Amino acid sequence: MTSTQSIPSNIEVQAEAQTEVQALKHKHLLDLQDWTKDEFLQFFNTTDAMADVMKRTIKKVPALQGKTIATLFFENSTRTKLSFERAARAQSADVVSFAAGSSSLSKGESIKDTLLTIDAMQVDAYVVRHVSSGVPHQLTRWTDASIINAGDGRRSHPTQALLDAYTFRQEFNGFDDSGGFEGKKIAIVGDILHSRVARSNIKIWTELGAKVVLCGPRMLLPEELERKNVTLTNSVAEAVEGAHAVMALRMQQERMAGGLLPSLQEYSERYQVNDEMIKLAHDDCIVMHPGPMNREVEISSELADGERSVIEQQVANGVPVRMAVFYSLLVGK
Amino acid sequence: MPINPALVHKASIMTEQEMQRALTRIAHEIIERNKGADNLAMVGVHTRGVPIAERLAKLIGSFENQEPPLGKLDITLYRDDLSEISVQPIVRKTEVPFDINKMNIVLCDDVLYTGRTSRAALDALVDLGRPSIIQLAVLVDRGHRELPIRADYVGKNLPTSKQEVVKVKLESVDGEDSVDLYELGLGA
Repeated sequence: MTSTQSIPSNIEVQAEAQTEVQALKHKHLLDLQDWTKDEFLQFFNTTDAMADVMKRTIKKVPALQGKTIATLFFENSTRTKLSFERAARAQSADVVSFAAGSSSLSKGESIKDTLLTIDAMQVDAYVVRHVSSGVPHQLTRWTDASIINAGDGRRSHPTQALLDAYTFRQEFNGFDDSGGFEGKKIAIVGDILHSRVARSNIKIWTELGAKVVLCGPRMLLPEELERKNVTLTNSVAEAVEGAHAVMALRMQQERMAGGLLPSLQEYSERYQVNDEMIKLAHDDCIVMHPGPMNREVEISSELADGERSVIEQQVANGVPVRMAVFYSLLVGK
Repeated sequence: MPINPALVHKASIMTEQEMQRALTRIAHEIIERNKGADNLAMVGVHTRGVPIAERLAKLIGSFENQEPPLGKLDITLYRDDLSEISVQPIVRKTEVPFDINKMNIVLCDDVLYTGRTSRAALDALVDLGRPSIIQLAVLVDRGHRELPIRADYVGKNLPTSKQEVVKVKLESVDGEDSVDLYELGLGA
């Protein structure tokens, strides 16, 4: 209890008086477009507390007791779905899980009817992944529950970007006010065109004061992404030079209509991030990959397993980051 | 948004000197009850329980030549009103950098009121291990318990009405040591 008490019958007055409250109160997490720098930094502090819970013998807190979270994955995923479910359970929420392959969708049920069916089970939040951009936004019109975007088409993947930035902060933060992002350089190399991870990361890195360089073959490097503090290049050497973080992205061949990429062999010869390339980077440069990883194509195995690699740390951070997302969206509604 | 009611000052409850004497007495009581500082650890509840735990640990250290370790507990994730409140409390880090198993833990807070914070703190603490004993030390006990909880060490018992507000200020957080009683004014 902090120092000020007041009328207990008025729970709002009491909570206001006793507690330092945070302003971060989005109902949905569809993308990161309306997030401010302060919100990101506050979010990382909350994530620190959640990371701390995951280090204990008892990795569970009662914060979301009685809440139900549904995962709606219309597109396949291993780490993201597991990570969300782990995060929900670590805060004592109940989880109902839906996977498109084994559902009535295959019997012709529409997304809307699927949602309404699950909604009848009193769900507080949906975690949604879909191959089409904008589906999570659409779902907000059909339910009062919170919608969390776990990746929609090539548009947005906010929790991945949050955990990428959080991982960077763990390495570079002096625990000062800026989170260690100001003036840093981040290179994202690979299939930018199809990457929702790249799009979400651009927003968060630039909002926090870092410069982003996007790199890939011309056909996979959409010019419309160029803006203040975001530059495009076809040269890996130029992208990596002096960078504090290099993120390699997979070639998303399942989304390529054909003709965009000559061959993976040719790609890896020109664009692979490897030990040779990373010599050009900053001495403290970290190497990231959001997964799934195709070794020896976009990244060399040596580098992925090397001491600069924080790829496993990214996966580990996925849980506390998603715990912080649930806390931020579901507490104090 | 909730209104922020005006607070009218009613009385000074503790001066800097009185607070120091109360903490010194509590430190002695803790040593007496636990027969020394062996196996003893202080755990403060965020925010103002932390400096109280810190000061008690220093005092005990100065009397016993052995300073008990210090932990910081954030109880936000254990509150019983998280599903009801309309604001979002800031979650802080819990830092208990020692094994609490088989320890004598003195949980420290500034004000004991409904007992709900202490209940949450007990839950948060036992998730970290199984201490031999958990005791509770508070600077002010203002009554109005809603749960069967009592303090083992009390700086000052202060009968209050529910319309009153007890404000504790501590040097390391607020720049001064004082306890004051306010009345919640209805007009803003």
